[in-house]
Amino acid sequence: MIPAKFDYVRPSSVEEAVTALRDAGEDAKILAGGQSLLPVLRLRLAAPSTIVDLGGIAELRHIAEDGDRIAIGAMAAHHDVMRDDLVKQHVSLLSQATETVADPQVRHRGTLGGALAHADPAGDLGAVALALDAEFVIAGGSGTRTVPASEFFVDYFTTAIGEGEILTQVRFPKYTGWSTHYEKFNRTAQAWSMCAVAVALRLDGGSIAEARVGLTNMGTTPIRARGVEAALVGQQASEDAARAAAEHATEGTAAPSDADAASDYREHLARVLTGRAVLAAAG
Amino acid sequence: MTTTAEPTTELGKARTRKEDARLITGRTRYTDSITPHGTLHMHVVRSPLAHARINGVDKSAAEAAPGVVGVYTAADLGVDAVGLPCAWPITPDMKSPQRPLLATSTVHFAGEGVAVVVARTAAEARDAGDLVEIDYDPLEPVLDMEAALADGATLVHPDLGTNENATWVFDSGAAGTGGSVDEAISAAEADPDSVVVRRRFRQQRLIPAFMEPRSCVVDPTGEQITVWSATQIPHILRTMTTVTLGVPEAKLRVIAPDVGGGFGGKIGVLPEEMLCVALAQRLHKPVKWTETRSESLLAAHHGRDQIQDITITAKRDGTVTGLDVHLLADMGAYLGLVGPGVPILGAFMFNAIYKIPALKFTCTNVFTTKTLTDAYRGAGRPEATFAIERIMDELAAELGRDPLELREQNWITHEEFPFTTVVGLTYDSGNYEQATQQAKQKFDYDALRREQAERRARGDKVQLGIGISTFTEMCGLAPSRVLGSLAYGAGGWEAASIRMLATGKVEVITGASPHGQGHETAFSQIVADQLGVPFEDVEILHGDTQSSPKGLDTYGSRSLAVGGIAIVKAAEKVVAKAKKLAAHLLEASEDDIEFNAGQFTVRGTDKGKAIQELAFAAFMAHDYPEDMEPSLDADAVYDPENFSFPHGTHLAAIEVDTETGKVNLRNYVCVDDIGTVVNPLIVEGQVHGGLAQGIAQALYEEANYDDQGTLVNGTFVDYTLPSAADLPSFDTAVVSTPATSNPLGVKGVGEAGTIASTPAIVNGVLDAIRHLGVADVEMPTTSQRVWRAIQEAQGRSTQETPVDTHSPGAGLGSIDPNNPQGEVQ
Ligand SMILES: Cc1cc2nc3c(=O)[nH]c(=O)nc-3n(C[C@H](O)[C@H](O)[C@H](O)COP(=O)(O)OP(=O)(O)OC[C@H]3O[C@@H](n4cnc5c(N)ncnc54)[C@H](O)[C@@H]3O)c2cc1C
Repeated sequence: MIPAKFDYVRPSSVEEAVTALRDAGEDAKILAGGQSLLPVLRLRLAAPSTIVDLGGIAELRHIAEDGDRIAIGAMAAHHDVMRDDLVKQHVSLLSQATETVADPQVRHRGTLGGALAHADPAGDLGAVALALDAEFVIAGGSGTRTVPASEFFVDYFTTAIGEGEILTQVRFPKYTGWSTHYEKFNRTAQAWSMCAVAVALRLDGGSIAEARVGLTNMGTTPIRARGVEAALVGQQASEDAARAAAEHATEGTAAPSDADAASDYREHLARVLTGRAVLAAAG
Repeated sequence: MTTTAEPTTELGKARTRKEDARLITGRTRYTDSITPHGTLHMHVVRSPLAHARINGVDKSAAEAAPGVVGVYTAADLGVDAVGLPCAWPITPDMKSPQRPLLATSTVHFAGEGVAVVVARTAAEARDAGDLVEIDYDPLEPVLDMEAALADGATLVHPDLGTNENATWVFDSGAAGTGGSVDEAISAAEADPDSVVVRRRFRQQRLIPAFMEPRSCVVDPTGEQITVWSATQIPHILRTMTTVTLGVPEAKLRVIAPDVGGGFGGKIGVLPEEMLCVALAQRLHKPVKWTETRSESLLAAHHGRDQIQDITITAKRDGTVTGLDVHLLADMGAYLGLVGPGVPILGAFMFNAIYKIPALKFTCTNVFTTKTLTDAYRGAGRPEATFAIERIMDELAAELGRDPLELREQNWITHEEFPFTTVVGLTYDSGNYEQATQQAKQKFDYDALRREQAERRARGDKVQLGIGISTFTEMCGLAPSRVLGSLAYGAGGWEAASIRMLATGKVEVITGASPHGQGHETAFSQIVADQLGVPFEDVEILHGDTQSSPKGLDTYGSRSLAVGGIAIVKAAEKVVAKAKKLAAHLLEASEDDIEFNAGQFTVRGTDKGKAIQELAFAAFMAHDYPEDMEPSLDADAVYDPENFSFPHGTHLAAIEVDTETGKVNLRNYVCVDDIGTVVNPLIVEGQVHGGLAQGIAQALYEEANYDDQGTLVNGTFVDYTLPSAADLPSFDTAVVSTPATSNPLGVKGVGEAGTIASTPAIVNGVLDAIRHLGVADVEMPTTSQRVWRAIQEAQGRSTQETPVDTHSPGAGLGSIDPNNPQGEVQ
């Protein structure tokens, strides 16, 4: 691969990285795992003047318990997130969705922070973060701020991360004991989602006490399927309930049309997959 | 694979491939790893437009860029009158445009080169490429074959006066090899006890997608110009370089070092190769070019791309009475080396394994403003096999018959071999009953039919289909006289030499230059048996016109069936010479010398000499017969007397999720009859890879162009190749009815899986949902297409699908490289 020329810096702390970004100006780009940035550079769809590689910042790779949250460093690789016991126990939906991301090579390099900052609507982790009300810790020249998931995803490839800012951590509330499932539909086994549905249910006996549902690739950002959630709460976890709730899956969506799926097919998939995801989560 | 006891001879032994360690680890020389001292690097500036007039090329900024040695158009290099060769003029009046090394006044497809930048590093050449300003006037693209043939269509090459390259016809009635199809059709139409089934199938455009991108290095600093190229055809490339550029053949040495795959995609004489030669001559320095993956997908030749109108006639009892084939074949913008002949190679395979009494084949080749098409694994024969195997299923559906039974009713029975078909080919051997019987058993055909019926009765949301393909192919290309009768620009022989070294080791030189098939292993096994030497003592040399001066290279499943036999012929000559020398040294009559397992013995005595001792004696030359040269070495050229005809029965169990349209290949069984098996492991590898490629055509791959003629999925990001994760574990087996046309009884297996599997999959998909009213689904049968077909069959209207857009592929996700928006703008 021969990208356009760029300068390269590899800071060893978040402060250094913020300074490097400030020095480099608006044409700088952050490099995390490179799994989305490098293809873009390879095809010369972007030509940043400077690349600030976060790979040397060890503190960004942590996965830790922090009170009632699980805090994950932005540079934690998909592979590590997916295998982590804390994540499996308290945020199993994230673990399940991460398992469906690409292939082992990509999962060893690609990072949670990179995937969320990149904000590809077909990416699998945005819907999970949104459904689970994650918080995003963002560092910049004037300190650190925390943004809720509901405000993080702004548009197609656009997030609340501002110029010169770095996503440092993603914090997930604990969903210990919840029943979860990520239902993904794609063209080949290791490809991005044509459409996917993330479901977390708190079951109380046979009935659904709480529900969180997120949709992948049904608009320019991940989408929270609140209509489905509302229809599920209080219902028995049955096939009929799942099907009825799934009818709400396309509310508030703006399904894109592409060669794999025109919008009507995507909407149909969203309904079918929502029903399946709910049933699979409920076991 | 069925295992049998390990044989004592090499033939039939499942040896692991001796070339694999170096090929797989990359500890070897691929072309791109060769960089002679002082090498300059070439970058090709390609047209983003499919059809456009070139008003001007401004090179100034690029010329001033760091490291740049020069920026050249065809005129700058004095090669604007040079045209690349097409070796297969299928008809005497075939229309053939000049295929330039770089577009001069007009570009004819997106990806065509317009200028080259030469620089000290590949990065500098690439960077400067962005600075070459080309002023284009867009012209109307020509994309649809039928529209291209209509009156008033925009012409790709106005000087030709038409977009039609040629129309090639074979009519068994006229040829006297069978009846008249026109009569068969009118008879069937008039007969209430007959049926006529007409279908249109589309062979979508595919991209060969070999693993190693194309690459070439030309070093002019010697008496001979040395060309290294990642090519399947070093010998043909040498001759064609002479034909194209006028460099005397003896001044050229072409080397195909280890080559990482080709699938037909590396049968070509490339503009880039010729440009490297011209530049190296001009600059007196080595010049190198290695394409990127995107360049490869865009500009290396594509495959398939046909519209097939098929009419089959049959009696209501199932007896087929005629087959009419009308093809439109997309050549793209120019003619490749054998491009126009690719559909013609299929002409003889539409009748397949069946006794069809009348056949007519008409193919019109069409120019469009797309990347040119040429050979791709199977070349013409997958297209033919698809059409016949699909139409047999359609006929079965029409008649309400079991499709396998209908095939059996019409196929050539084992007792009928040798059998001369309606197109005049003589199939030497075959046993369709045996392969089918075994395949049915492994597959548990009857149980799956029961499961299918149950799922249907239950209205299960997952329906089961059984896909069948009972294919045959002609391979072992090819008897030279047949190629002559088809106006092909070369013979079909292959050459081999054997050198017996003083120390008893054996060097074998083959003209069949491999690109990953395992020639070194299989050929060593053959020689070990022929000469009675250890496998380890045989070295196979190939791919360098200096050490292997004569050859016609690797394609069309010819290496073993033609190249392997040439080696056998050379070995027979070595043995004859050794026998003569043995008789002399053992003071016996030649008639009394027996040869067995490397030992020459005097009949009835314990006196003898090993072949290695004789090689040493020939080397010393102290004592040898007067009428003999002191050498056991031998050359042979083998011209096959016939094609070989592998066949097999392939069965696919396909689940279709009728809610989402998703197709799941649950199980795939194939039993291939490929004659004598030299190495079962290599055979299995070839079958597996071939199946993956054929299944990929059915389910995954398609090169899509938008209405401007831009290839929209020109990266692995969205040209959806399946991976191992998409395919089941194949259940393969081999049966062997030896070919009678060659001394080893071998047939060839390189293309079998690809040729057979595509119709098996599509037949299976349709078998699963035909009862829902679905009559056809175009390839690739994606979940969306299947879902839409079901919706439409149920009377529900659906939206149009934009085929011309990117879709969330691998590395880029939703970013459309042709239309980037959002953050990347
Ligand atoms: C073949 C392939 C298949 C894939 N399949 C899938 C899939 O199925 N599902 C899926 O969800 N993803 C998929 N991906 C994408 C993968 O998950 C990437 O890892 C991810 O999208 C980007 O993460 P990264 O760490 O590689 O980020 P990079 O590529 O390094 O960066 C991506 C973008 O985010 C920015 N960025 C990165 N980190 C930060 C940060 N800490 N703060 C601010 N900005 C930052 C970068 O500047 C860049 O713009 C696939 C990728 C490939 C190559």
